[in-house]
Amino acid sequence: MRQNSGVSFDRRAVLRDSLSVSLPVGTYGAAFGAASVAAGFSVAQTCALSLLLFSGASQFAVVGVMAAGGSAISAIATGGLLGIRNGLYALRMSPILKFSGISKFLGAQITIDESTGVALSQESRGEPAMRYGFISTGIGVFIFWNLFTLIGAVSASSIGDPSMWGLDAAVPAAFLGLLWPRLESNRKRFAALFSALLAIALTPYLPAGLPIIATVSIALIFGWRSR
Amino acid sequence: MTSLWIATLGASLVCYLLKLAGFLIPSSILSKPRLVRINELIPVVLLSSLVSIQTFTSESELLIDHRMGGLIVAFIALKFKAPFPIMMLAAAFTSAIIYRLGI
Repeated sequence: MRQNSGVSFDRRAVLRDSLSVSLPVGTYGAAFGAASVAAGFSVAQTCALSLLLFSGASQFAVVGVMAAGGSAISAIATGGLLGIRNGLYALRMSPILKFSGISKFLGAQITIDESTGVALSQESRGEPAMRYGFISTGIGVFIFWNLFTLIGAVSASSIGDPSMWGLDAAVPAAFLGLLWPRLESNRKRFAALFSALLAIALTPYLPAGLPIIATVSIALIFGWRSR
Repeated sequence: MTSLWIATLGASLVCYLLKLAGFLIPSSILSKPRLVRINELIPVVLLSSLVSIQTFTSESELLIDHRMGGLIVAFIALKFKAPFPIMMLAAAFTSAIIYRLGI
């Protein structure tokens, strides 16, 4: 068995797992970059979202709410609500990652769906492998996501009317793609259906962005009881 | 500062603080099943409402247009387990065709 400074796990196997996730996920950054520019954000703002916010669903939400004519507060609230799960990933991963000092502040930024997912999938290889998977996937997604965001943003800013290229339909398709893997129970499927209907029903009566936030009430109602 | 910059930087700050909070507070709050259930539903309801808002509304008006064609194709693509980029390209392509034909 190979020993690497007292830690024995197959680094190449973990790295292969993290690359197989981070490269394809990173390429979706091009879709975000294009959608963001189509929504009226500048290339600099688009890149700032990928560098500083760095969480796909929240980024699409901020851009989507602003594109629908919502206020900055609505965009921040919706993006923030979608960002709560990253905090829960951090809670889950914290005892395994054992970050201290500055690494806590750097590690926080790469605490996302993919880094947590790859780390949890390495459980059978032990905690050092989980830690290695978390960091390599987080950094990998960060590099590819930001690179492809820039490519998407720059190409979209030179094509004119976004509807001519279907960019206005690519955004709801992206949301549907992010939603799809979460619909594994009837509770979630019904919650999704009711919130889709509630949001459009409220749209004529509330300022843009608020109908989306109002659907959190459906999460409270459906999640209150255990069955 | 424009509202787009406020949204960009404000959402970035809030989301970063949420990530950081998870490393700073004790993980025992994860033992509350109701909180876990509600938290799992929050992305579901928000993403679902974003799908319907982005497809069927334009500036607080309800309308059915080329975007719905794109969404139907996205739905079918996901049903057939198409990869994410293929699904998005298919949706964008369909919507663009309908838009260009002016249907």
